[in-house]
Amino acid sequence: MGAGNQCLGCVSVGQSAYIESFTDEFVELKMLEMGVVPGELVVVERIAPSGDPIAIRVSDSLIGVRKEEASKIQVKQAER
Amino acid sequence: MADKKIKVALAGNPNSGKSTLFNRLTGLTQKIANFPGVTVEKKSGIFEFGGKTFELLDLPGTYSLYPKTPEEWITTAVLCDESDPSFPDLTLIVADSTNIKRSVFFATQVADLGRPCILVLNMADMLDGRGEEIDVAEASKLLSIPVVLVNAIDGHGFESLKELMTGAVQPASVVFNQVPESATALVKLIRNDLPKLTDYAAFQIIMDPGVKAPISENTRSRIDALRSADGFSAMKIQSAETLSRYEKVAALVPQIVRKKHASGSDYRKITSKLDDILIHPITGYLAFLFVMFVMFQAVFAWASAPMELIDSFFAWCGSQVEGAMPAGVFRDLIVNGILAGLGGVVIFIPQIALLFFFITILEDTGYMARVSFMMDKLLRRYGLNGRSVIPMISGVACAVPAILSARTIANRKERLITMFVTPLMSCSARLPVYTLLIALVIPDDRVFGFLNMQGLVLMGLYLIGFIAAILSAWVMKHMLKSQERSFFIMELPVYRLPRWRNVLQVILDKISVFVFEAGKVIVAISIILWALASYGPGDEFEQIEKQMEQVDVSDPHAYTVLASEKLKWSYAGRLGSAIEPVLEPLGFDWKIGIALVTSFAAREVFVGTMSTIYSVDGGEEDVMTIREKMRAEINPSNGKPRYDLPTGIGLMLFYAFALQCMSTLAVMKRESGGWRWPILQFAYMGFLAYFSALLVHLAMG
Repeated sequence: MGAGNQCLGCVSVGQSAYIESFTDEFVELKMLEMGVVPGELVVVERIAPSGDPIAIRVSDSLIGVRKEEASKIQVKQAER
Repeated sequence: MADKKIKVALAGNPNSGKSTLFNRLTGLTQKIANFPGVTVEKKSGIFEFGGKTFELLDLPGTYSLYPKTPEEWITTAVLCDESDPSFPDLTLIVADSTNIKRSVFFATQVADLGRPCILVLNMADMLDGRGEEIDVAEASKLLSIPVVLVNAIDGHGFESLKELMTGAVQPASVVFNQVPESATALVKLIRNDLPKLTDYAAFQIIMDPGVKAPISENTRSRIDALRSADGFSAMKIQSAETLSRYEKVAALVPQIVRKKHASGSDYRKITSKLDDILIHPITGYLAFLFVMFVMFQAVFAWASAPMELIDSFFAWCGSQVEGAMPAGVFRDLIVNGILAGLGGVVIFIPQIALLFFFITILEDTGYMARVSFMMDKLLRRYGLNGRSVIPMISGVACAVPAILSARTIANRKERLITMFVTPLMSCSARLPVYTLLIALVIPDDRVFGFLNMQGLVLMGLYLIGFIAAILSAWVMKHMLKSQERSFFIMELPVYRLPRWRNVLQVILDKISVFVFEAGKVIVAISIILWALASYGPGDEFEQIEKQMEQVDVSDPHAYTVLASEKLKWSYAGRLGSAIEPVLEPLGFDWKIGIALVTSFAAREVFVGTMSTIYSVDGGEEDVMTIREKMRAEINPSNGKPRYDLPTGIGLMLFYAFALQCMSTLAVMKRESGGWRWPILQFAYMGFLAYFSALLVHLAMG
């Protein structure tokens, strides 16, 4: 296994990880219906010039989320 | 069912091409209204095919049947509640083929409701670049609903779609995902009341207290009891249901999407390249400024010709009526009340159309989502949201459609703040006022040899409006209390070329909002103002009217002078004089007072009023003369020109800030659900206007 769990908000740009779980129900429901479900590969593709929000790619969509929301998403670092 | 309309609902994810499909099916014959009781837009249209009449209803885009915003709530209610007046006979689930997993997820939710539905896979051609294709037959078999591939832009596949729609569409024969066990008992109970429902439809009634299905009192109280029971969590059930459904979808997708050949030009790569530039810390902002710059330049350059045309058209209409009708109150009402009011509405259409042309292109190509993404942090700090970008930019055209576009903001506080500050953005109606005043008090000099002073001041006024909006939002952020979560979760769709039909449709929608929402108020106020300016109390007024009747036709100037006198003694004039003491500290006189009063129809009425007050023979056409006359006006208290720099700037600021627009107030009342907010807004902006003008007068005077 790769590195341990961390939150998506801490993943740096260009890195990918696997969605593990959510620590906030509101964010969970919002993300689930957009296809951000546990087990999916997520790539932190971009960051806004002001440092927030970030743009994550999950399956076929690019989704802008605030770091605050991203911090409620637990991920497991993908092996390199 | 020969002449009965077949009710068809369009449902799907945002950005799935729903509107394009809707436009292609219905042409330009659509009707926009609101869903009863809520401010959610209801777009419907009618079309015929194969001897049948279809009534198409465009439902707000949503990712699931679990609603979170008032818009999504409508979609769930319409699809799940057979007693809803819009409950469809057939549902078209529009899906973005390039985002198949998420689309199929929503499709299976709708299919499990057990009603006839067709999965319409849109944009399938875009899969080509990825070397993939969709196996329609397999998809249809696995989902047990009809599936059709279309391209909403070029119309490919529409014949098959319409063919399918005319046939008898059967509901899904297989349940895709069973309802969670914790809900099965109640689901049975509901199905006793409403045997036609499927398990999943009954489940949605439990999950959404908003779905008002006609179930018995007893069942309803059982639902309520379950929902309030210890350990019951709608969120947990919803999350579990979503997860198990996604699992099944994830297993199904590889069976219907096939690898065809090695991927060629992937549109996602193009998007990524563009984003490298457009979301870049330096070029990103530069690109945004450049886009805004081009938009304003184009609007000012292209709008003036059609505006002049409209102006002369209404002037021509006026002269025709004057030639055809005998002089009198009625003719006067038609020319100076009704025609002037209509002209005052139509004149803005070119500018508003052009601005929305640009804004819609920016939205349609996917760029606006990037702007929201980049601006979210800045706007959030001031109590707004990345999604406030569109209302605020639209506010430069007209606050009325701009306020309506704030509906996409889910958080009520952020939406309210956005609507509250949007009218501070300088709209089209302020421009003629700015132009006149700038020409009056700002010298036509160059700064640093190349910057035009007058142009700079105009830009400054737009900037001041924006800054005032941002700062006001910040103040409101601290004054309003809200428990609601602020969030920004927004899809950044792939870039694509604008779909011109959509662009045209949106421009038409926005113009119709402007004409029917703002326009009717402007015309009504224009008629009231005509009455106030044409009638007056007391002897002076009567005597002037008598003199006007006797005036020599060969001396038009004598007539204009009298007209100015008449205005002075009219109700409007008296009103202007009555408020003079309040305006005195700002350096304004009763003449400006009249103009401020008449500006309530539309701010640009200022120019026309000034031309009457200063007895300009050519009316408002003759801006040069209006300017010269205003320049010659002397302030009796100090013997200096009335329109000196402080008064001019004060007046510009007054117009930049004051909410002199009844239409905005009316829309604000509807969108905020009462008079409280429009009244507060009016008072606040009036306060800003008055004190900024006062401050300028004290500091510079």
